[in-house]
Amino acid sequence: MNQDSNPIWTLVSTFGLMSLFAVGGANAAIPEMHRVAVEVNHWMTDRQFADIYAISQLSPGPNVLIVTLIGYAVAGFGGALAATLAMCVPTAALAYYVSGLLGRSSRSRWPSIIQTALVPLSIGLMAASALIVAQAADRNWAAVILTLTVATLAYATRLNPLYLLLAGGILGFAGII
Amino acid sequence: MSPESPPAATPAPDFPLSTKTTPPGVFALFVAFAKMSLAGFGGVLAFARRGIVEEHKWMTAEEFNETFALCHFLPGPNIVNLSVVFGSRFGGIPGAIAAFAGLVGPPTALVMVLAVLYAHFGQLDVLRRILAGISCGAVGLLIAVVVKMLMPLVKRRDVAGMLVMVAVFIAIGLLRLPLQAVLLVAIPVSIGVTFIIMRQGASA
Repeated sequence: MNQDSNPIWTLVSTFGLMSLFAVGGANAAIPEMHRVAVEVNHWMTDRQFADIYAISQLSPGPNVLIVTLIGYAVAGFGGALAATLAMCVPTAALAYYVSGLLGRSSRSRWPSIIQTALVPLSIGLMAASALIVAQAADRNWAAVILTLTVATLAYATRLNPLYLLLAGGILGFAGII
Repeated sequence: MSPESPPAATPAPDFPLSTKTTPPGVFALFVAFAKMSLAGFGGVLAFARRGIVEEHKWMTAEEFNETFALCHFLPGPNIVNLSVVFGSRFGGIPGAIAAFAGLVGPPTALVMVLAVLYAHFGQLDVLRRILAGISCGAVGLLIAVVVKMLMPLVKRRDVAGMLVMVAVFIAIGLLRLPLQAVLLVAIPVSIGVTFIIMRQGASA
């Protein structure tokens, strides 16, 4: 509530809470991050948020690192660290605990049933993420063709995915995309 | 390939626990996850799958799918959950911390450098064009991962699973329904269907 209160604490409480509600992973939490960073707290403009998203896609590492960039924009290096840890540690602790529960009760078949049942859900959510990101990235036919070509090559060959991304970057640099 | 598995003359089928290479230590976990993470442009999942299943053979494709599904179901960044679950399975709490630190530490440092650079050079047009091309490629990689995860379902003709998958895709991707509401319906339905099918399979 108090805008003058310590921004680090605001970051920690915001992303610590979001960590436990971000069902479906970092990409599913993007709309919520946008709401918090742009609409509620006015940490950045719409355009800055879009730029930060692009940079998080460009960077190596988990997609959740968009949170690091938001934290940096709010409170520099300390904010970046605080936001990253707040977004990762609560859910990591939960994952450790739940995984231990499932692993130890291996005599029951319920864990295996639940895990098998979650596989199709997980694939459906991933496919939805791909669609949503594609709608942002594939703005013309050249871009769509590039995306489909990369998908085919990544599926059918053992090419290092990094080369496929670099090829995309070069085509973008050349002004083709 | 592996020197300690000579007995069978024919190539052994993929038994989940017997064909694994030796479990990785804490340092190996840190290095493996740091490598996957630093190679993981546009998301680490493709690289994690490649590293864990194809390169190190620490898990089969099915085991990876099921572990990832658990991590996707839990709240928070999936791949962070995956590092903790995977690390703890091989090395307890130290293993979990090592995998987590490897996954998040180095790229966080790198991203902070990019944040500083962006503050200085963010307006350059050439940078925007390169970013656009790279994000198209990243979508392609994501599609390939989805298809690879789908193949085990297709191979065992899991119609019920595929229907659940398509329903979730439509609800989230096309209708853009709230995630919590969709999961509240989809999780019990999928568990119920899986339970019935497994019981039928057992009694047949």
